[in-house]
Amino acid sequence: MPEGVLPPPPPPIALLAELTHRCPLSCPYCSNPTELVARAAELDTAEWVRLFREAAEMGVLQLHLSGGEPASRRDLETLVAEARSAGLYVNLVTSGIGLTEARLDRLEAAGLDHVQLSLQGVRADISDRIGGLTGGFERKIAVARSVVARGLPLTLNAVMHRQNLDDLEATIALAVELGARRIEVACVQFHGWAMLNRGALMPTREQTDRAKRIVADARDRLRGRLVIDFVPPDWHADLPKACMGGWGSTGLNIAPDGTVLPCHGAASIPGLVFPNVRQVSLAWAWAESAAFNAFRGTAWMPEPCRSCDRRAVDHGGCRCQAMAVLGDARAPDPVCRRTPGRAALDRLLADALASDSGLTMRAPPR
Amino acid sequence: MAGGAVPDRVPRLPRGVRLHDDRVRACRVLLGPERALMLDEVGAAILDEVDGMQSLSVISARLAARYLAPEAEIRADVEVFLTDLAERRLVEWSDA
Ligand code: SF4
Ligand code: SF4
Repeated sequence: MPEGVLPPPPPPIALLAELTHRCPLSCPYCSNPTELVARAAELDTAEWVRLFREAAEMGVLQLHLSGGEPASRRDLETLVAEARSAGLYVNLVTSGIGLTEARLDRLEAAGLDHVQLSLQGVRADISDRIGGLTGGFERKIAVARSVVARGLPLTLNAVMHRQNLDDLEATIALAVELGARRIEVACVQFHGWAMLNRGALMPTREQTDRAKRIVADARDRLRGRLVIDFVPPDWHADLPKACMGGWGSTGLNIAPDGTVLPCHGAASIPGLVFPNVRQVSLAWAWAESAAFNAFRGTAWMPEPCRSCDRRAVDHGGCRCQAMAVLGDARAPDPVCRRTPGRAALDRLLADALASDSGLTMRAPPR
Repeated sequence: MAGGAVPDRVPRLPRGVRLHDDRVRACRVLLGPERALMLDEVGAAILDEVDGMQSLSVISARLAARYLAPEAEIRADVEVFLTDLAERRLVEWSDA
C-alpha cells in the first residue's frame, strides 16, 4: 500500500437507522443532536427500504431501528418486514411508549428479532421525571412483560447517571424479574444534550467504583441467566474507550433526513461534510466519503497517539469527546491521562460534580 | 440414554438467535441480541446440528462419524462450545 493510501475499510456490521427524531419522551441525555430533524424532512418508506437492501448487500448484519421513538412512524411494521426480507437481524430500540398490544402483534408477525427497551429509572417517580412523561414507567413495564410473554428476547437499556446509579442493584433485579435476557448498563456519555446537563448527571467517583463492583458480582451470579453489558462513565477512567471500535470501522448511523454518520455525535464536528443517501449510495458513503475517511487509520493522529502503544487499541479515543471538551476533533480523547487535554477534562469534571443544576429536558422537533 | 452416567441434554437456539449465511464475508454467523459471532467451520458444523431435537450425544456421534474422530473427544469439545454459548444466552438446554 503506498504511503497515504488507506486500504479499503472492512464491511460494516451494524446499521443504526434513526427513523425519526419525534419522541413522546424528552430525556435530558438524549443521543439525538441538539438540532433535531423535522418530520417533513424524514426519509419515506421506500427510501428506507432501499437502504436496508443496500446495507445487507454491503455486509451489514444487524439493523437497529431507533429514533427518537421508532413507533412514532406509522410504517414501522412495513420497515421491519422489509428489513427481515433483506436478510437483516432486526432490533427495535424503543421507549415502549406507543407500542400497543395490537402493534406488538403486527411487529412480531413482521419478523422482529429483538426488542431493546430503554429504562429511565427503576421506579415510576424517577423514570417519569427523567423521561418527562407521567405514566411512562407503567407503560414500559407492560411492554416488557408482553415482549417476554411472546418469547421475544428483551434487552433493558438502563441509562445510568448520578441521579439513578445508586439504584443499579435494583435495576439488575428488575431485569431478572421481568425475564430480560440482557441488560445494558449504559452510563451516560457526555455529548449533546447530556453535555448540557452534565451538572445534574455526572456520576461521582464513588458511584462509579461501586457500579463496577456491582456489575462484576452480578455477572458472576447471573451467568447463563442475564447477559450484562456495561458502559462505564468514562470521565472517571484513565484511558479512553475505543469508541465504536474506531471511526468508520464497524457501524454507521443514518439520521432521519438521510445523513450518514459514523456515530451519534459526529455531526458536532465542524468541517466535515457528511454524505446523504438522497444523493449517494450507502456503499460510497462508507468507503469513499471524506468524512468517513477523516479519522481512519493512524495518519491523522497527533502525538502522543501516533507513537503510542495503544493507538491500535483505542484509536486515540472518541473524536466527539475531543470536540466537546477541547473544541478540537483531531486532539487525543481528553480522558487519556497521557495527554495534556486531561487537565481541561478534570476542570469540567470538578465543576460538574460541584454543581447541582436542574435538568434541561430535550426539546421536541419542529 | 446414550451418554452413560452423564445425563444427556438437548441444545436449541432460543427465539431471536439464528444462523445466517454471510455471503459478503463468506462465512456463517450466529446472530442474536447485539451479537454477531463469525463462525469457523467447526462452530458452523456444530450449530448446524442444533435443531432443538437432537441431544448432545446424538450430535456428538454424528460429528464423530463425519470427522472420523473419537466420540468422547468430540463430545467434550461440543459441550464446551455450547456451554459457552449458553452462558451468553445464545443457546438453551433442555432435558433429553
Ligand atoms: S433518549 Fe429519551 S428522548 Fe431521546 S429518543 Fe430515547 S426515549 Fe426519546
Ligand atoms: S495517547 Fe492516544 S493512543 Fe495512547 S492511550 Fe492516549 S488516546 Fe490512546
